[in-house]
Amino acid sequence: MAARLLLDVADVSKRFGGVQALDSVGLQVPHGSIVGLIGPNGAGKTTFFNVITGLYPADSGIFLFDGNAYFPESVSQVTQSGMARTFQNIRLFGEMTVLENVMVGCHCRSKAGLLGAIFRFPSTKREELAIQEKSLALLAYVGLSDYAQLQARNLSYGHQRRLEIARALATEPKLLALDEPAAGMNATEKLELRELLLRIRADGKTILLIEHDVSLVMGICDSLTVLDYGKVIAAGKPADVRVHPEVIKAYLGQGAV
Amino acid sequence: MLKKLAANHLNRSTYFCLGALALLLLPWIVGASGGNYWVRVVDFALLYIILALGLNVVVGFAGLLDLGYIAFYALGAYSYALLASPHLPQHFETIAAALPQGMHFSPWMVAIFSMILAALFGILLGLPTLQLRGDYLAIVTLGFGEIIRIFMNNLDRPLNLTNGPKGITAIDPIQLFGISFAKPLDLGFVQIPGLYLVFYLFLILAIAVMIVCLHLQNSRIGRAWVAIREDEIAAKAMGINTRNMKLLAFAIGASFAGVAGVFFSAFQGFVSPESFTLWESIVVLAMVVLGGIGHIPGVILGAIVLAVFPEVLRGVAEPVQNALFGHVIVDVEVIRQLIYGLALILVMLYRPGGIWQKGGGK
Repeated sequence: MAARLLLDVADVSKRFGGVQALDSVGLQVPHGSIVGLIGPNGAGKTTFFNVITGLYPADSGIFLFDGNAYFPESVSQVTQSGMARTFQNIRLFGEMTVLENVMVGCHCRSKAGLLGAIFRFPSTKREELAIQEKSLALLAYVGLSDYAQLQARNLSYGHQRRLEIARALATEPKLLALDEPAAGMNATEKLELRELLLRIRADGKTILLIEHDVSLVMGICDSLTVLDYGKVIAAGKPADVRVHPEVIKAYLGQGAV
Repeated sequence: MLKKLAANHLNRSTYFCLGALALLLLPWIVGASGGNYWVRVVDFALLYIILALGLNVVVGFAGLLDLGYIAFYALGAYSYALLASPHLPQHFETIAAALPQGMHFSPWMVAIFSMILAALFGILLGLPTLQLRGDYLAIVTLGFGEIIRIFMNNLDRPLNLTNGPKGITAIDPIQLFGISFAKPLDLGFVQIPGLYLVFYLFLILAIAVMIVCLHLQNSRIGRAWVAIREDEIAAKAMGINTRNMKLLAFAIGASFAGVAGVFFSAFQGFVSPESFTLWESIVVLAMVVLGGIGHIPGVILGAIVLAVFPEVLRGVAEPVQNALFGHVIVDVEVIRQLIYGLALILVMLYRPGGIWQKGGGK
């Protein structure tokens, strides 16, 4: 494989008490690709996300991001280094407006300090304006322009998921890690999401995707990794993975072939 | 369209001028109708506005429940009491020898000093409590507030630092450009009483604090605070250094209280630990919650209502009881606490966002 790897992790293990949630899991995400992480409920997909983004400390593992070794300990540092994520159980800032949610995402790419905030220097004002413009542009990008001034809690489910993506994009990530972005969406919304994800990739971002919707995953992913009981049971191109006997047994079921 | 805009603008500036005029005249109106007692009440209400706005940064913006907030007010008050009264020279010969004219630091210098001191104590309180939220944080902050008060209460032995429960007296009054706020200012055509001068000074301070709060709210930092309040994990995932932002909220909130404390002790001329009890912390918190948590105009309203209301009650409750029953049945203080409790319960039930909440209460 000639493609440069954006994310390359190996041997990631995580234990919660008596449960081995992750058992030397490895995953490789080439630049500019969409990589899917699938598996039955409780297989450890979200735990894996939480570990690589620093939410849970890993018991062991080798982590390389964009060619640099890192050990995920602090969520905010991981985000600053260029990896943004969304959450399976949507975590928006409910009391803030849709626009403000995205503006919060610009936090780590802006730098107004305390004095700037209090005295509103010209540079602070310029930065604030730039943040606002960038956030509005991102809302347009995910198709939420009409809702900019609405409180985030009042958005529909599908729109909340889109807002989470816009907010994650505001951190200017190289890798966008999405945890079940299609959950709870209807068929139309899923189609729109698919378009959006392909557009994000076309714009040069790399996507790591946890998803249960098999047709979505098979349709857009360049490669797949399948987890079961905290172990990787298969990895490769979607076409190869879907006929893999263990994957069929553990996840897809006989009917899917 | 343009005309309409211009008219709107005119309207706004007219309102602004009228508001400013009303504020300028307020002490004269209050003084003429209610006497100096009520001007003092209004002066104190302004101090409470500063306190409530400061606590609002911690509780309202960052969502960190702080029940020991009054400790920072105490730090400011005692800083000035010690640095601008005869207390220390009286009890420490070396200080008396070093300062033959006595301790007379300017309240402005002490205000800056107290601001930094209170901010440092805010960080000191914040550091061990970073992992705590809600009730747990409330308990620790409550303990912190009590520790400070108990120190003030007991630091009269072995060295008499704070004069214990008796408090410190003969604190220098406020001075600005050589003008003492303890006596009337003679402008030739009119004499401005000291209490009125204090009003103007506190008004300027309160407005300054309000502007700082408004600016902070609509900034990168204010957004980060609210994000932490709404969802700390998501805030971290936005690349926000939640630890630093929380400490910053503690420090800013505390520094406002520190400044207010300095002017409190300069205004009163006397401080004692009983001004800084848990009850006071709760009153300031009630101002924030009752007025409109996280919403600056609401917090200001809450501070005014709860600062003025007990005084109104004091003026009404006893005469009414005397007229009805011939003697006082329920102590004013008890009635006050009853009504406070009732008001809080009602607000929580029917307007959980406060009397004047964001967006007019959607």
